[in-house]
Amino acid sequence: MSLLKRVMSGALMVSCFLTGHLWAAEAEYSKLNLRPGVTENSQRVFDLHMEVVWIMFAVAGLVFAAILYSVIRFRKSKNPTPAKFSHSTTLEIIWTVIPMLILIYLTKPAIELLLDMEDTSKADMTVKVNGIRWKWEYTYLDEGFSFVSELSTPESQYKDYARTGTEKGENYLLEVNNEVVLPVGKKIRFLLTSKDVIHSWWMPDFAVKMDAIPGFINETWTKIEKPGVYRGVCAELCGELHGFMPIVVRAVPQAEYDQWVAQKLEEKAEAERLAAEAAAKSWSMDDLMAEGKRVYEQKCQVCHQASGEGLGAFPALKGSAVATQGPADDHARLVIYGRGMMQAFGTELTDAEIAAVVTYERNAWGNDTGEMIQPGRVSELKAGN
Amino acid sequence: MAHGHHPTGIKRWLFTTNHKDIGSMYLWFSFTMFLIGGAMALGIRLELFQPGLQFWEPNFFNTLTTMHGLIMVFGAVMPAFVGLANWLIPMQIGAPDMALPRMNNFSFWILPFAFTLLLLSLVTPLFPDGAPNFGWTFYAPLSTKFGPASTDFFIFGVHLMGISSIMGAINVIVTVMNMRAPGMSLMKMPMFVWTWVITAFLLIMVMPVLAGAVTMMLTDRHFGTSFFDAAGGGDPVMFQHIFWFFGHPEVYIMILPAFGIASHIIPTFSRKPLFGYASMVYATASIAFLSFVVWAHHMFTVGMPVAGELYFMIATMIIAVPTGVKIFNWVATMWQGSITFETPMLFALAFVVLFTLGGVSGVMLAMTPVDKQYHDTYFVVAHFHYVLFPGAIFGTIAAVYYWLPKWTGNMYNETLGKVHFWFSIIAVNLTFFPMHFSGLAGMQRRVPDYNMMFEGFNQLSSIGAFMLGFSQLLFLYLVINCIRGGKGKATDRVWEGAEGLEFTHLPSPAPYHSFEQAPEVK
Amino acid sequence: MKENTENTGKPTNYYVPEQSNLPIIGSVGLFVLVLGAGNFIQGTTDTVSQKEGSLPEFMASMGPYVLTLGLLIVFYLMYKWWSTAARESMANMNSAQLDRSYRQGMLWFITSEVMFFAAFFGALWYARVMIVPWLGGEGNNAMTHALLWPDFNAIWPVTTTPDGTTTQAMGPWGLPAINTAILLTSSWTLTIAHHALIDKNRPTLILFTWITAFLGVIFLGLQAYEYYHAYTDLGLTLGSGIYGNTFFMLTGFHGLHVTIGTIFLIVLSIRCSKGHFTPENHFAYEAGAWYWHFVDVVWLFLFVFVYAL
Ligand code: HEA
Ligand code: HEA
Ligand code: HEC
Ligand code: CUA
Ligand SMILES: [Cu+2]
Repeated sequence: MSLLKRVMSGALMVSCFLTGHLWAAEAEYSKLNLRPGVTENSQRVFDLHMEVVWIMFAVAGLVFAAILYSVIRFRKSKNPTPAKFSHSTTLEIIWTVIPMLILIYLTKPAIELLLDMEDTSKADMTVKVNGIRWKWEYTYLDEGFSFVSELSTPESQYKDYARTGTEKGENYLLEVNNEVVLPVGKKIRFLLTSKDVIHSWWMPDFAVKMDAIPGFINETWTKIEKPGVYRGVCAELCGELHGFMPIVVRAVPQAEYDQWVAQKLEEKAEAERLAAEAAAKSWSMDDLMAEGKRVYEQKCQVCHQASGEGLGAFPALKGSAVATQGPADDHARLVIYGRGMMQAFGTELTDAEIAAVVTYERNAWGNDTGEMIQPGRVSELKAGN
Repeated sequence: MAHGHHPTGIKRWLFTTNHKDIGSMYLWFSFTMFLIGGAMALGIRLELFQPGLQFWEPNFFNTLTTMHGLIMVFGAVMPAFVGLANWLIPMQIGAPDMALPRMNNFSFWILPFAFTLLLLSLVTPLFPDGAPNFGWTFYAPLSTKFGPASTDFFIFGVHLMGISSIMGAINVIVTVMNMRAPGMSLMKMPMFVWTWVITAFLLIMVMPVLAGAVTMMLTDRHFGTSFFDAAGGGDPVMFQHIFWFFGHPEVYIMILPAFGIASHIIPTFSRKPLFGYASMVYATASIAFLSFVVWAHHMFTVGMPVAGELYFMIATMIIAVPTGVKIFNWVATMWQGSITFETPMLFALAFVVLFTLGGVSGVMLAMTPVDKQYHDTYFVVAHFHYVLFPGAIFGTIAAVYYWLPKWTGNMYNETLGKVHFWFSIIAVNLTFFPMHFSGLAGMQRRVPDYNMMFEGFNQLSSIGAFMLGFSQLLFLYLVINCIRGGKGKATDRVWEGAEGLEFTHLPSPAPYHSFEQAPEVK
Repeated sequence: MKENTENTGKPTNYYVPEQSNLPIIGSVGLFVLVLGAGNFIQGTTDTVSQKEGSLPEFMASMGPYVLTLGLLIVFYLMYKWWSTAARESMANMNSAQLDRSYRQGMLWFITSEVMFFAAFFGALWYARVMIVPWLGGEGNNAMTHALLWPDFNAIWPVTTTPDGTTTQAMGPWGLPAINTAILLTSSWTLTIAHHALIDKNRPTLILFTWITAFLGVIFLGLQAYEYYHAYTDLGLTLGSGIYGNTFFMLTGFHGLHVTIGTIFLIVLSIRCSKGHFTPENHFAYEAGAWYWHFVDVVWLFLFVFVYAL
């Protein structure tokens, strides 16, 4: 037995040390519970959560206490002759009924809260959220503009295959290029859908988690009470970069929000003007290549890789039939309308950007077809000619 | 040739119709799968030890998660229980063997092939776009439109596993219904037999539904159907309904036999009869019945109509009641007993305690409004590992310690058994308890990388996981050691308080054909 | 199961089975079968993602051969397995207990088959009662209709899918009604045959078992014609959206079961002619009859839910 005791106490000591050590580190963040959040519902969810936690602690504690007592009091050395009883209807009824009562007690607030959480009526504004592998597209339906928001943490921070350890920012993996700006104190209705697979739009501080399902539109809502920057993630496995699909909401007072909307509308008009201009003009090879490289790095590289050699399910473009042998029109159509796992880029990219990236792909990495395609042609293709 | 003559060599195993040989093959198969699935879990924990991508491409990480879940569920837990059923049911009901022995062998031998098919997909030259990477729940359309080429082989693998499980389940029910010794009425059957009959019923009811789900996947992928595609009038969420109609009963398939095991071990080492035998039977049956009508509690965020959410919340919470009855009955069995703490008892006790913990977090998950926060986070991962590892796996380990002397005729090394126990229990909590916290704090499931605020908890989990994994090698050693002689001969009764035909009517080791003549049961 | 719970009588000598090489042959056969099937469909249908020039393509070209080999092994296995079982049964090696086990085993097997169909009936129900109205904007899905599928008209049968695929529906009162009558008749003829078996009326037994099998063949012929009609005249195919999906999956799997049942009946007819069955010992015959009745009942559900409603 002495070996046993020594091993046991050794293991215990090591694990206590580890636990204590890391616990201390963790306490700094004091991030070990749900967040009360910044909406009425998130606060209510938090309260209900705490209530359940304590009741469950009590239930489990009672069971553990009874077991502990039996183990100590009724061990063979203390109680050499066991009793013989084998049932008791009274007891069995008691411990059927009491848990039922506890559950009924818990159900009531849960039902009330749920009904409120699901009531999307009388919203002040509506935002459509579209999940696309692996970014979010937000459309402000009332104001009439939209943008795409994706991870802004640079690859160099998370790709650490050399295992040298990389410097990471504070909001590592929880930061995006375009934040969603929302007014405080307004009931905001979200319409969720997806272009490809199921995603789930989760914002812990609002207690909102709703799946974005392709072909259907789910509704949910929130009413933010405190200005601030809130971070969430995609919560449903959606493929390779599921862990790299964050959400950032900046909640601001109404005035600031209006200003932001005005700015967005201006940007939109400007972009449309530029796009029209770009589409109208005839581009040189060099310009197309330069612009194409930029677009490629921004939009295509995640899947097709910088080398154009693809990765796993994502095919190589270097030397690929579509990019080298087939006509440029087909190539552009594929980018506009997508195919299989490849997303349709027709709405996300301008005509000029598509023309540029197609030209780039047909000439980079030794593809050297020498062919190019002009934005005007892309615009015709989009129109279906 | 059957009587007295033992076939030898490879033919013994390939052609066998003997329930003990088949049971052993099931158990060894299960342990192998446990190591492979566990090794994948260690791969997961390795990557999650610190933020940043150090070891695996995200896609391969998803593959690890998927294969880990699938292998543990279908390869480790289910075959382990079928193996125990094979070894124990004929002995416990006084039969010579299973009712349909040839089919018994068939249902085993399908399994290695099914898993070869599944593991084949990891061979990159064959499948350049990788192995299944859509989670063990393979939600459409991630698995249909977007699944790699290996998905088709995964689908057929699931078909094969299903065939195997259904045959195994039919065999168990039929054996129990027809092969009981004279005098053993249903309400005298040992609890393990009872729980397995009910499990077998669940298997027969839900495995075909899973087969239906993967068949629809197959036609969606290749034959132009659109069951899970709105464009053709289908719905991705329909996949989830069908999957979870199988999936929820499946989780009880993975726990009911363990309930049965605990109901043998606790009375034995408390030297007191099982408290509330009849209510145990009814509770098990209620759990099984309820398990058919609660499936959508896995889908509280898909946007079901509110009425549906309310119904599934309430129905799910009710399951706590019959489960509670079982827990309380075990405690009452120990009450005023005369308890000793041999290794099987230690594992059974840990089972009761830690399963309760996993169970109460299940009740939290059942509450729809809060589940919208818990769903798809590590809180869920913590919940199901608490019911699966200390539940299903500890249950199996306890059973092996408890019946190993009866199977081999030798005692295992008690000291090492206790070392194994203490390592396991410390490690299992070290691994899975912190997951509650990282989940609540906002870490979602199935990600290879995370923000630094979760680092501490993940490091604890990773350290615990390796400790847990390597402790199980000790178990392997102990079992082999026991087969080779262990700590000397076991008595026929093995344990002072042991009851049941296998202990009172059979020598240790039990003869090759358990009962050639039916014993008399009073 | 009540009558079996009371095991009366004295201790019996149990039947202890022999070793057998059939299971391992069967397992290998199934493995080869699915390996071939996987390669075959990847080679012949539009795969979801397949890189050019990779090994699976090479394997895919092997698909048909591997698939055929697998099928051959599995057919051989089934032949061997059941002929062995038949031989054992006729040599009176089966105790009453084993006979009971076989019967119950068959019943549980049929239960599992029922659940397999339940998955597809469930899909049909869910599609009709939930999905289609939702796509049409009902419940909490007003926006689904308004934003995504404004042109979709929520009617069943879905003759125009949300993405615009069109088809025609299959009416119940032509071939399907005739097929219903045929199957109902076949159940009746099978029952006559079964009673004849018990009454030792061999000529009637043989005749009516053949008639039943023959009705099965006619059913299959008509169904094949119906499919042909659907594909060529109605434009109703497996790919015509959820209506075509559920229609062909349900009737198709049912047809597969009728095929199996018909083969079963033909084998039984031959065995009847050879005098294999006695009034006391004819488990195989009963299993076949149960299976046939099960297939029949599934058809009634099909007729109601797929065609009529
Ligand atoms: C062995 C397997 C097993 C078992 C037994 C259980 C048991 C239970 N599970 Fe669990 N569960 C899983 C395996 C299991 N689960 C898995 C694998 C998943 C994740 C799947 C995936 O997504 O990958 C999951 C996920 C899961 C979810 C979905 C979470 C989410 O994704 O958002 C929910 C929600 O309701 C849930 C609930 C429950 C409940 C209520 C029980 C109950 O049966 C528990 C009952 C037990 C007790 C309650 C304790 C003892 C009782 C008492 C002491 C009496 C008094 C108690 C009270 C009054 C509360 N489980
Ligand atoms: C019974 C089922 C079971 C069991 C026993 C386990 C055991 C373990 N599980 Fe698992 N787990 C699941 C079922 C199970 N799991 C399921 C269903 C999922 C969900 C999957 C999904 O999301 O789709 C999951 C998911 C899951 C995750 C989440 C992954 C993610 O979301 O990305 C994690 C993360 O830590 C994890 C960890 C572990 C660990 C550390 C163990 C440890 O207990 C493992 C202990 C280790 C060993 C036993 C290995 C021993 C081997 C050696 C020492 C090496 C020798 C090797 C060889 C000879 C090959 N599991
Ligand atoms: C989500 C990951 C992803 C992104 C981002 C992506 N692609 Fe693709 N791409 C794919 C996949 C997957 C395919 C294979 C599609 C198929 O055939 O099923 C593909 C195929 C292609 C092909 C055809 C290759 C061949 O030989 O078949 C071209 C050309 C292409 N993509 C261009 C682009 C361009 C241009 C962009 C950026 C504007 C881009 N892709 C961004 C995933 C992606
Ligand atoms: Cu998008 Cu996960
Ligand atoms: Cu469940």
